[in-house]
Amino acid sequence: MDVLNQLQRQYTDFTALLYREGFVDDNFTQVQKLQDESSPDFVVEVASLFFEDCEKLVNNMAEALEQQDVDFKQVDSHVHQLKGSSSSMGAARIKNVCIAFKTFCETQNRDGCLRCLQQVNHEHTQLKTNLQALFTLERQIVANGGSIPVMQ
Amino acid sequence: MAITGESHSQFHVLAVDDSIIDRKLIERLLKTSSYQVTAVDSGSKALKFLGLHEEDDHSNPDRVPSVSPNDHQEVEVNLIITGYCMPGMTGYDLLKKVKESSSLRNIPVVIMSSENVPARITRCLEEGAEEFFLKPVRLADLNRLKPHMMKTKIKNEKLGDQEKLEKPEIQSEQQQQPPSQPQTESQPQPQPQQSPLLQQPNNNKRKTMEEGLSPDRTRRRYNGGITTMV
Repeated sequence: MDVLNQLQRQYTDFTALLYREGFVDDNFTQVQKLQDESSPDFVVEVASLFFEDCEKLVNNMAEALEQQDVDFKQVDSHVHQLKGSSSSMGAARIKNVCIAFKTFCETQNRDGCLRCLQQVNHEHTQLKTNLQALFTLERQIVANGGSIPVMQ
Repeated sequence: MAITGESHSQFHVLAVDDSIIDRKLIERLLKTSSYQVTAVDSGSKALKFLGLHEEDDHSNPDRVPSVSPNDHQEVEVNLIITGYCMPGMTGYDLLKKVKESSSLRNIPVVIMSSENVPARITRCLEEGAEEFFLKPVRLADLNRLKPHMMKTKIKNEKLGDQEKLEKPEIQSEQQQQPPSQPQTESQPQPQPQQSPLLQQPNNNKRKTMEEGLSPDRTRRRYNGGITTMV
């Protein structure tokens, strides 16, 4: 019982932190709401797809930015895609970097773009780590016979 | 035959989006609302699924885009929901093609976009889109879909007019009027009973109370990432 309570408390605190620090936003809550018995791994599945997609887009952006003659429209279209999926996912920090990134694309600022790319990478890693920790907590809670606390 | 509108599973939605995440989300949203879903990743695949051959069909000298009897879609599509910004054929292009097609134009089309651009919204609505949703789409938004789908169901099932000839895939309980008999457009049948808009088949879903349906959900301002925390 005690272990379970502890886990649930940890979960609640950690979740609160993720929102407070802006790692995730309300859209992530909406994604969580879509999970139920008929689709019990939904959030994990969406998260996996998101991180895969993110990696792919980042690679494309990196490649485009390495060119002698950078095609900023290309880069921008990748950023636009990432902005969209991070928004849908509720990955707020990544989305915000994308907003800045877009501006640099529009002004054809290669250095600015490269800095944003670095930031995207950084945020991607952080979010991945954080969500993995969150999912681990969820599994532990369930394994201990408890239910996952619902976000207010 | 009266329409037993209680179960949504008789409604089939075609979802179109190039983003795999958005596809997955919209698919889940629709399934949660008990609709049947087919999800494709491009406008051209959507048209293919709908049985519309967009490019020059050599075997068809008239070049009239229509569903040919031999390869009509197996399932009726009651609604198309599509992203706007897609490579190749945009959602707007897809909308146009559907509305220009004599066989498809009655299928309601809903556009989704991550960007709140009033001119874009107007353009789509003027071209015949029924709704314009801001992404990410929410469960409450889907409540707006049913009335549009019901309209097509009524039209299809009460058919006597020429649409029926062009839509051989429609599964009507009975073939009511032979095509030769002229039919009036107006349908004096009573309106089907409106079932509750949102079916909640699963009470164990981990969700808090859904926010109330705001009437202007379609054009809601993009919130820009509100962190709601207690």
